[in-house]
Amino acid sequence: MSVEIVIKHACKKYGDTTIIPDLNLSIKKGEFFTLLGPSGCGKTTLLRMIAGFNSIEGGDFYFGDKRINDLDPSKRNIGMVFQNYAIFPHLSVRKNVEFGLKNRKLDKAEIRTRAEKFLKLMQMDTLANRMPERLSGGQQQRVALARALCIEPDVLLMDEPLSNLDAKLRVEMRTVIREIQRNVGITTVYVTHDQEEAMAVSDRIAVMNAGKIQHIGTPKNIYQRPANLFVSTFIGRSNIINGDLVVEDGNTYFKLKNGSKVQMNNVQKKYQKSQPVVASVRPEEFLLCEDKNQGQIKGIVKDSVFLGLNTHYFVKLETGEEVEIIQESTISSIIPAGADVSLRLNAEKINLFTEDGEFNILEGVCNDNIA
Amino acid sequence: MIKHKRLEIWTFVTISIFLLFAVFLVYPMVGILKESIITPEGNFSLEQFKKFFSNSYYSQTIINSFKVTIAVTAMTLLLGIPFSYFYSFYRLKGAKFLFITSVLCCMSAPFIGAYAWILLLGRAGVITVWLKEYLGINIGSIYGFTGIMFVQAFKLYPLVFIYMNGAFKNIDNTLLEASANMGCVGIKRFFKIIMNLSMPTILAAALLVFMRAFADFGTPLVIGEGYRTFPVEIYNQYLGENGTNHSFAAAISVIAILVTAAVFFLQKWATNKFKFSMSALHPVEKKKPKGIMGILMYIYTYGLVAIAFLPQVYIVYLSFRNCKGSVFLEGYSLINYEAAAKKLLGRSIKNTLLFGVVALAIIIVLSVLIAYLVVRRSSIANNIIDTVSMLPYIIPGSVVGIALVLAFSKKPLALTGTITIMIIALVIRRMPYTIRSATATLMQIPMSIEEASISLGASKLKTFIKITVPMMTNGIVSGAILSFVAIVTELSSAIILYNNRSITLTMSTYVAISRGNYGLGAAFAAVLTVFTTIALLIYLAISKSEDIKL
Repeated sequence: MSVEIVIKHACKKYGDTTIIPDLNLSIKKGEFFTLLGPSGCGKTTLLRMIAGFNSIEGGDFYFGDKRINDLDPSKRNIGMVFQNYAIFPHLSVRKNVEFGLKNRKLDKAEIRTRAEKFLKLMQMDTLANRMPERLSGGQQQRVALARALCIEPDVLLMDEPLSNLDAKLRVEMRTVIREIQRNVGITTVYVTHDQEEAMAVSDRIAVMNAGKIQHIGTPKNIYQRPANLFVSTFIGRSNIINGDLVVEDGNTYFKLKNGSKVQMNNVQKKYQKSQPVVASVRPEEFLLCEDKNQGQIKGIVKDSVFLGLNTHYFVKLETGEEVEIIQESTISSIIPAGADVSLRLNAEKINLFTEDGEFNILEGVCNDNIA
Repeated sequence: MIKHKRLEIWTFVTISIFLLFAVFLVYPMVGILKESIITPEGNFSLEQFKKFFSNSYYSQTIINSFKVTIAVTAMTLLLGIPFSYFYSFYRLKGAKFLFITSVLCCMSAPFIGAYAWILLLGRAGVITVWLKEYLGINIGSIYGFTGIMFVQAFKLYPLVFIYMNGAFKNIDNTLLEASANMGCVGIKRFFKIIMNLSMPTILAAALLVFMRAFADFGTPLVIGEGYRTFPVEIYNQYLGENGTNHSFAAAISVIAILVTAAVFFLQKWATNKFKFSMSALHPVEKKKPKGIMGILMYIYTYGLVAIAFLPQVYIVYLSFRNCKGSVFLEGYSLINYEAAAKKLLGRSIKNTLLFGVVALAIIIVLSVLIAYLVVRRSSIANNIIDTVSMLPYIIPGSVVGIALVLAFSKKPLALTGTITIMIIALVIRRMPYTIRSATATLMQIPMSIEEASISLGASKLKTFIKITVPMMTNGIVSGAILSFVAIVTELSSAIILYNNRSITLTMSTYVAISRGNYGLGAAFAAVLTVFTTIALLIYLAISKSEDIKL
């Protein structure tokens, strides 16, 4: 039932503009795979190429070992969930769910039981006879999911399915989606621009930008060891700090612009030479030092935001760069604006990139992108 | 892999519609152009155009039409906009009644209104005589320019009213509050904010009124007397008593089309200057009318509706009066209906319904298909279809009539005098309106709904039939009922195409009136009014909302 999806040298053009130049991807059987990227990066385009709603200008798309390029969308056996749910407004909830089954020439009783099963699974069985206009956004979403799943598709495609829901429902529905996907075990391709959502649901994530895949990896890997500067800034917050890599006495250091050095023990062999680099330091990777002399760089607090669990500080460094720092909130008072602070970098966690930002020079980057 | 064009069912639909348009729309129009510039001997000649422009007797008709139409358009705006403003911004008692009555007014056949006004305010009109006898007031002539303007303005202001209601409904209350906040209220706000926000709609309504009034044949024919307009002139040249000249009729038709086309594009150009769209999140809350202003509002709205609706009430009343020829006698009876029953009433009703239903069915099928082609299968061919389908919008009804007669009077398509040609004319006349509403409806249906259906294994055709068409139904059916009303009251093309076999209620009314059988005419008109009222009530019941699309 569930299949592997392999995409080789996919190419998408609208007239003379190339949206996706050359894309390779392989999605494992039963995997929850997310395409993540800023709007216009080509993620929805790619999804619609898989679904068959966008023409394919080049390359090969396989479901298992079946090439699907020329297969009509109605014959690809996919379940699709749309951003606006695309519930048929003139059909009741049950009729919506049964629609796909009726196209499969199953007998009536079978259609009924199957629809019922998935309505139950989505907890929509009590509303089966309602018309869609009387459903909330979350309920429509459940209908859309039941409808897509009950045809027992080979692949489930979801195009920003949660973006029309309010924040609370979004969190609730993503848990539902994740659970259902696990239960059914179907290969799922999920498109979103919300990185937190992507991390919450995915087995693996492909971060896309400008029609190219930047990084394919597990949420943890993408967050902690992003393949390049783009991924680092797109996933979570990152402070960008310029500096140099220096090799002294067999040790490698990241040298800040103020002259302080941070010892780095995980730089890849081939990059272990003196060169300008870019560091990306997440807000939680700065440590505020009680002892001013312990710090590696000084700064002045510009502003602070108290968010309960954490307190965010906006700090102007002595090098002129402005950074954001997150500290767990303490009972004692918040550091006032204008106060001098001294900071350390968490050398184990920060990432260093080549000067152009193209490559992470640290060890431990797992990128499945075969570009 | 290069994207290859798949031959699908829609390609055949495109080809079929192309052929239909070529035969029934383009060919007749080319025919009328040819008739106007090619002499019977087959030589090119601009003789007919020269005749038109060099002889003020003829060229005056276009100028007259233009003048009276401009006056009518201005008057409908003056009448309709305040009416709509009061209706949309104040909680008037009996608002529903005002609305339905107004719509009924603009749904009647124009010449019937003109005829009723003559009976009321004409030389021997009831009101005229009464005023003269008891008050010594002479109200002057209502024939000619004044009459045409008066009749058409009171018949067409509901178009402005309906359009403006839609625009006013889309004005967000916060905009008005913001304007008040900055010190702009009352009459100043009305002109600076409300009018400007509604400008696209005002222009659209003005165009619609202009097209209707400019091409109206019945009103000037009945009440115009010496004030000659071009639709009447076309008719005279084609069928008139003083010798006919088909080439000349064709030439006038071509000129008329050029004028309407120019106005059409002028309006499009003007509308482009006001390109913005609104959708009110907080619709304006209606206020309760208070004080002197409130009383004036009630007087204005009810007064306007009363005047506009008077002719129809009067006609129905007259239909029950005893009558001999053109003289109404004392006493009431069904004598007029009995006379009507002898004079093809049965056939008229049958034809009216038949034409209405068949033409409507064809219009709906074509509109749905064309809307789908234009919105979902955009291509050069389909864009051409879209443009050509809008052509009848700028072609006056009498021109459609003449073009069809000229095109189909000989074999292999000898259709003149048949029921078929009447239906073709009606389809051509109303199709653009239904196509517009079908296209607008389809544009609002997200593509993903159809994709969802396809991804669930339905073929494209099945998706179209099971998903797209049912979803379009609401928008189309409501528009179609109004088209039905327009079809049954059609006069301008029918008068050229009808004969005894294909006579309709409207035509029967016209024939009776033109022959001086006023009682008979009133009876036919009353039956027609009943039909339009029923259709309209069905419409209001189905559509639920008051967003009438014309």
